[in-house]
Amino acid sequence: MTKKNGQEDTQWPLWEVFTQPKSGKPHEHAGSLHAPDAEMALQNARDVYSRRNEAVNIWVVPSKHITASTPDDMGPFFDPANDKAYRHPQFYNVPRIAKKRS
Amino acid sequence: MNQSQTENRPEETKEALFEYLLRLADDRLILGHRISEWCGHGPILEEDIALTNMSLDYIGQATSLLEYAAEIESKGRTEDDIAFFRDAIDYRCLKITELPRGDFGFTIARQLIFSIYSYLLFNSLKNSEDKTVAGISAKAFKECQYHVRHSRKWTITLGDGTEESHKRIQQAFDELWRYTGELFYMDEVDHQLLADGIAVDVQEIKPEWKQRMSQVLEEANVSMPSDDQYMADGGRNGIHTEHLGYLLAEMQRLPRCYPDATW
Repeated sequence: MTKKNGQEDTQWPLWEVFTQPKSGKPHEHAGSLHAPDAEMALQNARDVYSRRNEAVNIWVVPSKHITASTPDDMGPFFDPANDKAYRHPQFYNVPRIAKKRS
Repeated sequence: MNQSQTENRPEETKEALFEYLLRLADDRLILGHRISEWCGHGPILEEDIALTNMSLDYIGQATSLLEYAAEIESKGRTEDDIAFFRDAIDYRCLKITELPRGDFGFTIARQLIFSIYSYLLFNSLKNSEDKTVAGISAKAFKECQYHVRHSRKWTITLGDGTEESHKRIQQAFDELWRYTGELFYMDEVDHQLLADGIAVDVQEIKPEWKQRMSQVLEEANVSMPSDDQYMADGGRNGIHTEHLGYLLAEMQRLPRCYPDATW
C-alpha cells in the first residue's frame, strides 16, 4: 500500500487522530488519515472521525512525531514493575497518630 | 407545531412563502445531488467522505425546507412528492447548482461561491420573523460555516499549488462567474416576504459576498473575473440549463417507476 515496485511513497504524510468523546474526558486514539498539512488533517479528521457525534474535540499529530515502545520492549520495560508491591500506596499502613493529625 | 403562525397568515404571504421555500430548497436539493456524484470518485478517501458529508448536509436542509413548504401548501403533499414529482420547469433552483460536477477544481470553485453566499444568507435568515425558517436557518448556518472553511482551504491550496492546479481553478472561476449574478436575484416574492420580516434582502449581502470572495481569491493567487459580462438568469422562474432535465431523470427515476416502493 505504501510502496509500489520499490518506488517512492506518493501518499500524503500520515497523521494520527485523537478524539475527545466528552468535555473533561481524555482524548482517545480514533485512527489515522493522510493529509498534506495540519489544517487539512484537522478537517479530514472532522469529516472521517466525527460523523456520528463521537467527538467534542480533535487532536491531530503527524505519525512521525509519535515515538512508541515496541513489542520487544515489553519485557524489559514493564515486567519489572509487576512484583514491586512497595510502589503502591496501599502497601503501607499509616500509623493511627498520623491519621488523627491529618 | 407552528399551526397558529401558519393559519393566521394572509394568502399572499403563504403563497410567497411557499415559493420562497421552494427556491431555497431546490438550490440545496440539486446541488446536494450534484455533489453526491463524487461518491466513490473522490480524489482521495478523505475528500470523498468530506464531499458526501456536504451533500448530505444539503439534502437535509432541502428536506426540512420542503417539509415546511408542504405544510404551508396544505394540499396533502409530502416533501418527497414535491421533490420527486415535479418537472424541470417547476423547479426554482439557481442555474449554478445544476451545472455538471466538473473536475475537482470546478467543484471547489462552485462550493466557494455558493457556500459564502449561503453563509451570509442563513446568517441573516436565522433572525427571520418566521420561527420555523429561523430554526432551519440556524442549523444550516452551522453547516455552512464548515463548508466555507473547507472550500476556502481547498481554493487556496489549488490556486497557490502547482501550475496545473492553478490553471484548472482559475478556469473554473472564469467559467462560473456568469452564474454568480443570479445569486442576488430578487422579485415580488422576496419583496412581499421582506415586508413581513420573513425573507432577506440578498442585494444587501452582495457587497460582503464580493469582499469575502476577493479575500480568498487573492490569497489563492486567482484573479477575480469581471462582473461586466453576460449574467445567466431565469432559474427562479423555471428557466433552466439543459443539464437539469438529465439530473432530474436520474434523481426521480426510482419513485416515478415504482411509486409504491418503500425504503
